[in-house]
Amino acid sequence: MIPSATLFGLAGAALVGIGLYGFLAHAHLLRRLLSFNVLGSGVFLMFGAAAWRSPWIGADAVPHALIITGIVVKLAGSALAIALLVQLARATRRAALPEDEGRPP
Amino acid sequence: MIGTALDLVVVALLVAAALAAVGARGLFAGVVFFVGYGVFVAIAWLRLDAIDVALAEAAIGAGLTGVLLLGAVGHLTRAGAGAPPRRPAIPLALACAGISVMLGWAVLSLPDAPGLQAPVAAALPGSGSTNPVTSVLLNFRAFDTLLESIVLLAVLVGVWALAPDAAWGGRPGLVQRVRPDGVLAGFGRLLPPLGLLVGVYLVWAGTKQPGGAFQGGTVLAAVWLLASMAGVARAPRVTSLILRAALVAGPVLFLAVGMAGALGGSFLGLRPDWAAALVLTIEVGLTLSIASALALLVLGPPERPA
Amino acid sequence: MMAADILTGVLVLLGVAGFFAGSVGLLRFPDTHSRLHALTKADNLGLGLIAFGLAFQAEGVADILKLALIWGLAILAAGTAAQLVARSALEERAPAEEDAP
Repeated sequence: MIPSATLFGLAGAALVGIGLYGFLAHAHLLRRLLSFNVLGSGVFLMFGAAAWRSPWIGADAVPHALIITGIVVKLAGSALAIALLVQLARATRRAALPEDEGRPP
Repeated sequence: MIGTALDLVVVALLVAAALAAVGARGLFAGVVFFVGYGVFVAIAWLRLDAIDVALAEAAIGAGLTGVLLLGAVGHLTRAGAGAPPRRPAIPLALACAGISVMLGWAVLSLPDAPGLQAPVAAALPGSGSTNPVTSVLLNFRAFDTLLESIVLLAVLVGVWALAPDAAWGGRPGLVQRVRPDGVLAGFGRLLPPLGLLVGVYLVWAGTKQPGGAFQGGTVLAAVWLLASMAGVARAPRVTSLILRAALVAGPVLFLAVGMAGALGGSFLGLRPDWAAALVLTIEVGLTLSIASALALLVLGPPERPA
Repeated sequence: MMAADILTGVLVLLGVAGFFAGSVGLLRFPDTHSRLHALTKADNLGLGLIAFGLAFQAEGVADILKLALIWGLAILAAGTAAQLVARSALEERAPAEEDAP
């Protein structure tokens, strides 16, 4: 039997790769932000996997508490990014950065 | 055996949903997949025995982030903002897969080091809470949580700073047009009492069981957002004194307790005989601040002329 | 194996069948409204059967009430969401139909 932590730690590693790819491949800023959120939860899952100990004597509360803090800060960062993105879209009618569209910045 | 099978199913769904969210053809479809992805992440946390994290992930990662992204899709569509298509980049995909493989290898080679369970369990009596996660958040690593509650305020100031001059002093978010006798308005009147109960219970239970200010505060923020979307409650003006008092209640209470601790010997240290009452006090203040800050972050800056 | 376990197994399997039917409808039906019809009816029934099946494993009345509450809330949310999606689909379709001869 494979410990859950190993499986979800590996899933977290895969999610980091998927999120990083989306972040770099998309020019659309909202899709970048979405991908960045996928990357972030992948990092949290890997961190959570490290909280799992063998022999099993109960979950380690310290990483769990740090992850909860991280989830809240991730939402706050996303909210600020979206507010900036909406302003950019209204000002330029584009949802991408100039350099990603081949325009001079 | 059956546990591993369940884990494998969750992992497969998790990775498939992430691929769909990142690679979906349409932006809207991507966001919908992302919300589903958030639910799978929450199930993964349940499988890892991290119920506090699962609650936070379901409420914040899937719920509030989903509302935020859907709202952004609406704003971008109305602004007519587009972007060039995704670059088909095979070398990039290979490089990212390589990073995943290396990280996976790191996960597999994690040493069997003892964690911090033993010190946490030893310090738990007298920490003011029997839920270790709450003890870590509000006592052992209170500094993190204090700064986090201030980060929320800083971000809210940043979002509000984007309000047009004419809208300053107005109500955040867009005007909701809802039929007063419609299904949404009915739902918006039916759910808040229950949501309030669940939110307050999560905070109260947080000192003994999974739950706490973040999970409960998020549920309360969701209740507020629902009532506002259903046209049942109007968002307050950003200049409202009551609103601002609620926003700073958590950090102020937290700092006050911390300063009192400094007089007793250590900043943010809680006296064991008072710890239970102090932890609950901080939780209540933080809940108010977190609920209002999260709801206001999702509503966005004020946009209508005051 | 106890009778309660067998009942749980049968009811949960029936519930899964309900979800399966709903998902097939979602994928196969031609327009938004019939898809919604498949989703809301079959899935709510499926969830109800699963909750009913799990009630036989509950340790007390409180657990059973929680399961019932979850089912009730899910129905309420699904019904509201279906109404909103259906209305917005109607509004989007209306102009196109006016253009048709």
